[in-house]
Amino acid sequence: MTIGLNEFLIVSALLFAVGFFGVLVRKNTLVIYMCLELMLVASTIALVAFSRFNGTLDGNVFVFFILTVAAAEVAVGLAIIVALFRKRGSVQVQDLNALKN
Amino acid sequence: MPNVLFYLFAALTVGSAVAVVFNKNTVNAAVCLLVSLLGVAGIFALLDALLLSALLILVYAGAVVALFLFIVMLLKPQVETKKPYKKMSVVAGAFAAALLGLGVFSFVSRGQFSSAPATEAFAGGMKEYGAKLFTTYLLPVEVVGFLLLVAMLGVIVLSKKFEEKEEIK
Repeated sequence: MTIGLNEFLIVSALLFAVGFFGVLVRKNTLVIYMCLELMLVASTIALVAFSRFNGTLDGNVFVFFILTVAAAEVAVGLAIIVALFRKRGSVQVQDLNALKN
Repeated sequence: MPNVLFYLFAALTVGSAVAVVFNKNTVNAAVCLLVSLLGVAGIFALLDALLLSALLILVYAGAVVALFLFIVMLLKPQVETKKPYKKMSVVAGAFAAALLGLGVFSFVSRGQFSSAPATEAFAGGMKEYGAKLFTTYLLPVEVVGFLLLVAMLGVIVLSKKFEEKEEIK
């Protein structure tokens, strides 16, 4: 049995579901952020697979841009988390309830 | 042989992603994320995207995971005595993730995708990337460069200490 498009898409879906589960379940903001990165990478696997099986390079170039934006996003997000830690003294989501009531 | 490699990389990717989710120690989670990203780089290499595979290792493993580890060190996270997740949210999260996974799975299993690669000689070298990036995608390249500049400025502003403002609170 050869590896076709479906197998790559299934891996991508599994990785996305695992990352989604982590975002919903975990309480540490840093780990939630790591799971967000996993979801982003899962979507890029689907893009590269579609691009490869379509025979064009456009999906790959799109992933190229996604990688760039992801790097910028990680830098800004982690800076926000550090600022949050300075302000509130914690990165656990149950302590970040300033909008409650 | 590519079949074995595919299953190896897929198992590595998904297995260490699960380890990221269920690890209590944040440093271990970051290292598991690194292993998972290496698996993704292998999958990219199997899809003939060698440049993207190298870039993924450089950008993610070299910069992003190192940044995560650095921030974990900086925040010196308190020892978690409580469980890192609630039982109720595990049930709800598993249900949501299974729903999402099943949705994509049914899409994949019923779709009319051709399983064979379209072209055997898939041109994905540096030359083709360069031609694309500087003709068709010239405007996005400029925009992304500007975005990187804005992100850099934003990080500098965010991580600066505003002491007089912190006292007001």
